Amino acid sequence: MNKHTDKSGFFAALEDSSSADTFLRGLWKDNPVFVQVLGMCPVLAVTNTSMNALAMGLATAFVLLMSNVLVSSLRHFIPKQVRIASYILIIATFVTITDYAIMAISVELHKSLGAFISLIVVNCLILSRAEAFASKNTVGQSMLDALGMGVGFTFALLCLGVVREVLGSGSIFGFGLFPDGFQNWIVMILPAGGFFTLAIWLLLFNILKQKRATT
Amino acid sequence: MFKQTLHISTSPHLKLGVSTDDIMRNVVWAMLPASAFAVYAFGLSVFLLLVTSVVAAILTEHLLCRWSGKESTVNDWSAAITGLLLGLTLPPAFPLWMAFVGSVIAIALGKFAFGGLGYNTFNPALVGRAVLQAAFPAAITTWHPAFLEGRFTDIASSTLALPFMEPTYDAVSGATPLSAFKFDGVAADSADLALGLVSGSAGETCALLIVLGGIYLIARNMMNWRIPVSILLTVYVLSGIMHWVDAEAYPSPVFMLFSGGLMLGAVFMATDMVASPLTAKGVVVYGVLIGLLVVVIRLWGGLPEGVMYAILLANAVSPHIDSALQNRVYGTNKKAKAV
Repeated sequence: MNKHTDKSGFFAALEDSSSADTFLRGLWKDNPVFVQVLGMCPVLAVTNTSMNALAMGLATAFVLLMSNVLVSSLRHFIPKQVRIASYILIIATFVTITDYAIMAISVELHKSLGAFISLIVVNCLILSRAEAFASKNTVGQSMLDALGMGVGFTFALLCLGVVREVLGSGSIFGFGLFPDGFQNWIVMILPAGGFFTLAIWLLLFNILKQKRATT
Repeated sequence: MFKQTLHISTSPHLKLGVSTDDIMRNVVWAMLPASAFAVYAFGLSVFLLLVTSVVAAILTEHLLCRWSGKESTVNDWSAAITGLLLGLTLPPAFPLWMAFVGSVIAIALGKFAFGGLGYNTFNPALVGRAVLQAAFPAAITTWHPAFLEGRFTDIASSTLALPFMEPTYDAVSGATPLSAFKFDGVAADSADLALGLVSGSAGETCALLIVLGGIYLIARNMMNWRIPVSILLTVYVLSGIMHWVDAEAYPSPVFMLFSGGLMLGAVFMATDMVASPLTAKGVVVYGVLIGLLVVVIRLWGGLPEGVMYAILLANAVSPHIDSALQNRVYGTNKKAKAV
């Protein structure tokens, strides 16, 4: 189990049925936002438009994937006493890469996400996956876990971002949905709207889960 | 056989024959004079506004009950009260679709999400209004003058704004006495305020009819009189002191009492049986807190009116008031604490 190579480990993990579970868990059963309620800071702060939500979701997913892979492959070399510091160092490296990459792709996007790109470092979702999963599992498994969690996080952010942009600005990904004179729901692009939308999504998610459990 | 006839329940064991729907129906009766005056003062627009908010509230309650597999609780009138109260707090020419949204939010978010009647932490109508205020700050602060010519035949153009579209306003629009005082330093005549000959939210203008409704409910023992009395007394005393200190800068206590939504809030909103404290002492603390917040927000806040936020804040602390001011259990000494 300790002997592994990245690629073969990853594909071997995909074939395994429990691995599909590892991936799907992040999407639904252990969804980082709707079930674990982790990483609330970006969830509430940068979901005022769908574009911001998508960019933040993808950036977080990228950092999560890379840090999970690195933490997992270094898990036998990192001393237990300094593991948190080491994880943070690994995460910070990839956040810096992401920061520069976003700046290179779109300065405008970088501006609208602001400090929240750097704050991915302290996103508890990434640290919790490193500590709870990557440090105990193979590289392939950790990769799948990161992909599932990353996609789940992006999906949740998009859920909030789409609702808030449609009501708050009458558009979706910047394309207007309504004829001129749409009445913007100002509250939706304010922080309060983030809380409302999150609460309503959590409510729906819990109802759905309950119905599934009873049937 | 004995087991089957033995009925076990928590106190109180002696009950009057008054049920929830009796009380709720009487609250509706008590609000009718003020509602009728609102229609008389502002005309057809307000009639449509009230109908929309009531129908939306009842519809939302019915559909949510059905969806969650509960028995429909529409018949207890509480949804109708929430809708009517919300309608009365809105500006007269408020777009109908926004009122509809407000009612849906009031019932779904303010009441149903907490577990329905008897579990709402906040007054549902005020939750609806607070969301509307945050979502559509321009529409909810655009007032319409009262007693316009032809108010029974014409509908204000903003009332019929298409759903999700920005309303357009008629050229005429009036300032409320509170905003006139706050921004222009003009105080309205007290008699006009008491009789409701001024502009404002649909149902808040005629203080006398609201008080009349309150007296009816208090006489039938369906409302805790301590709440409105302690709110109004606090506002009167505090603003009296401020007016005495500087009569130029601060309005007279009578103006404070009869302007804005204070009467409507003190009589019909703060007295929400679920969201207010239980003990007599607690209720007085609650009332004083609301009065204090109203005066502070009105005199030193950025908004001309603060009754809504004052009541919502006091709703939030009312469970804490209750637990801090427990009645002494009979037979224990003062130091013994309820477990």
